[in-house]
Amino acid sequence: MKHLKLLAAGAVIATFGGIAAADATTLEQVTSRGQLVCGVNGPAGLTGFGVPDDQGNWTGLDVDMCRAVAAAVLGDATKVKFVPLGSKERFTALQSGEIDMLARNSTWTLSRDTDLGLDFVAVNYYDGQGFMVRKDLGVASAKELGGATVCVQTGTTTEKNLADYFRTNSLELKSVVFETADQARQAYDEGRCDAYTTDASGLAAERTQLKDPGNNVILPEIISKEPLGPAVRHGDNQWGDIVRWSFNAMIIGEEFGITQANVDENKSSDNPEIRRLLGVEDEMGKMLGISNEWAYNILKQVGNYGESFERNVGLKTPLGLARGLNELWSKGGLQYAAPVR
Amino acid sequence: MAASAERSVASAVPIWQNRTARSIFYQAVVLGLLVLLAYFFISNTAANLAKRGIASGFGFLNNVAGFDISFHLVDYDLQSTYGDALVIGILNTLLVSALGIVLATILGFIIGMARLSRNWLIAKLAAVYVDGIRNVPLLAQLIFWYFGVLSTLPGVKQSLSILDTFYLNQRGLFMPTPGFGPGFWPVAVMFGIGVAAAIVVSRWARRRQMATGQQFPSIRVGLALVFGLPILTGLVAGFGIDWSYPELKGFNFAGGTQIIPELIALTLGLSIYTAAFIAEIVRSGIMAVSHGQTEAALALGLRRKHVSRLVILPQALRVIVPPLTSQYLNLTKNSSLAVFIGYPELVAVFAGTTLNQTGQAVETIVITMAVYLAISLAISAFMNWYNRRVALVER
Repeated sequence: MKHLKLLAAGAVIATFGGIAAADATTLEQVTSRGQLVCGVNGPAGLTGFGVPDDQGNWTGLDVDMCRAVAAAVLGDATKVKFVPLGSKERFTALQSGEIDMLARNSTWTLSRDTDLGLDFVAVNYYDGQGFMVRKDLGVASAKELGGATVCVQTGTTTEKNLADYFRTNSLELKSVVFETADQARQAYDEGRCDAYTTDASGLAAERTQLKDPGNNVILPEIISKEPLGPAVRHGDNQWGDIVRWSFNAMIIGEEFGITQANVDENKSSDNPEIRRLLGVEDEMGKMLGISNEWAYNILKQVGNYGESFERNVGLKTPLGLARGLNELWSKGGLQYAAPVR
Repeated sequence: MAASAERSVASAVPIWQNRTARSIFYQAVVLGLLVLLAYFFISNTAANLAKRGIASGFGFLNNVAGFDISFHLVDYDLQSTYGDALVIGILNTLLVSALGIVLATILGFIIGMARLSRNWLIAKLAAVYVDGIRNVPLLAQLIFWYFGVLSTLPGVKQSLSILDTFYLNQRGLFMPTPGFGPGFWPVAVMFGIGVAAAIVVSRWARRRQMATGQQFPSIRVGLALVFGLPILTGLVAGFGIDWSYPELKGFNFAGGTQIIPELIALTLGLSIYTAAFIAEIVRSGIMAVSHGQTEAALALGLRRKHVSRLVILPQALRVIVPPLTSQYLNLTKNSSLAVFIGYPELVAVFAGTTLNQTGQAVETIVITMAVYLAISLAISAFMNWYNRRVALVER
């Protein structure tokens, strides 16, 4: 057993060996490189969360998270190198230092926070797992799916939730597991499976890609809690703080109604919290180890959370997602940020 | 005199100029460097894993896996452990490899011989097969079989049915499963007796042929014994088999056995692809046997079918078997592409889902590699044994 472990250790040295030498903090690395390396949804991307357009420009809610951090640290939201990652390699890429942060609709769980040596620092989308079925199947509830064949993507929390839900409800499960979301969706579309399961936001995104989106319904049951958020390596707390507060700045921006359009006017606001946030008063940025203009840059170049949400996944986009749980706490949702003081 | 002179010269040279001593020294240095390098790699990784707070060790194999596997040969449920999932993955890999190897060998031999056929059309068709198949990437072929061919089958409710016992649809092939009741024992016993009797008969026939030259149709008699005895018994006493038939219930067929389309697509893809390579190996093997051998055998009065079986093939096998081994190894390792079409083999179940749920990349990848290594070494060992059997025995 011990020998095998040692052998195993040898196998990854190629990946880990390089980092051992570089003991610089992530912030130092990013500033000296002049670019943030951010892991996003791959290989083909996920509409609304992280997807490249024809010109290779990435857009999405997670992509905005990366851009916000780049704006805060480097003062320029375009200085990001996006690394598309599959569900299996994403955490390894972060652990090994290949990327500085991961914003790839990844669920925050206890085991990922501990065993994987990661830290999830925020929740930029409160999601839950759901099911999509064809209308002609005549199913109105997930509880009627006993004995159904379900297509699912590998390397996600989804597989286990699915099994747990069927077990809890004493339903018989037949799952077919695919390497990528594209293949799982295609197999579902071809009729290999009765149902397709992933996070509800993902279902909305994938439905737009089906042959006949109108013939498919998303069932009402949400069978799990999926807090999706950006993750960093455990142990570099300063970097974790920067990513957390970059997200918080977007939420606080929305609370105060600071948008891309009016952020400059807000600099002359009398509200002390706005003044602190935008770096007019005190030195909040310096405490984080970055420019005092950090939040100003985020709100100017990326916008507040509400703007990002509506632009990428909101009602006017093909995904058509309502704010729901992702509404501000003051409007009945869960998005809440600690104050800047 | 000459020998003792050399010896005295050897003792006269200093040890650093002694060839044996020097080569031992160099090998020791290289070995030492390798050990140091390995030590550096291992300690560095271990230290880094610990520093990053990443769990390590193999204890996770005993944790409950809690995910479903669509196809398993032995019992597996949602309370099974990651270790059980590993076993399922290995069995599924072995199953598809074994099916693929058998089918690819049969198909490869047929195509290889067809390419040497004197019939122009058959020879050309075989050539087109070989060049067409082996020049298209395997992954593309797997995706073609799975998404292009099998998914065009009718849906569950419109299944193609054969005698209302076999059903074919997008979800695979559904067929009845035999359940063996106590009444099955006599049939099974008779089958065993039949096998034993067939072996005795064939040995006797061989001895008789060696002694007298007379032949005996031992294959036909053997088959009659192996299958005739249990079938006769069954007809007299009843087979005692309780068939479970597939029936459409709810969303899917229940009862019977389901051969999932992922397995069918993977087996088809792997065997059709590998058969193209095997065909070329078979062709080269047969062409390596000089034509004089055929002429000599015909001159001795052997019939054409005997010439092939007794003269050409045994000699061709000596050329065929070693490269055939690599094709078997390739096929086994290529089965890991299954993850793209949803067949739950080792890489999909263990290096995929298990790795992701536990996050123990190092351990799962090492186990996965070790399993492939073990399977490959086992195939090699078997093929080497077989190669020694068919190799030229020099007398």
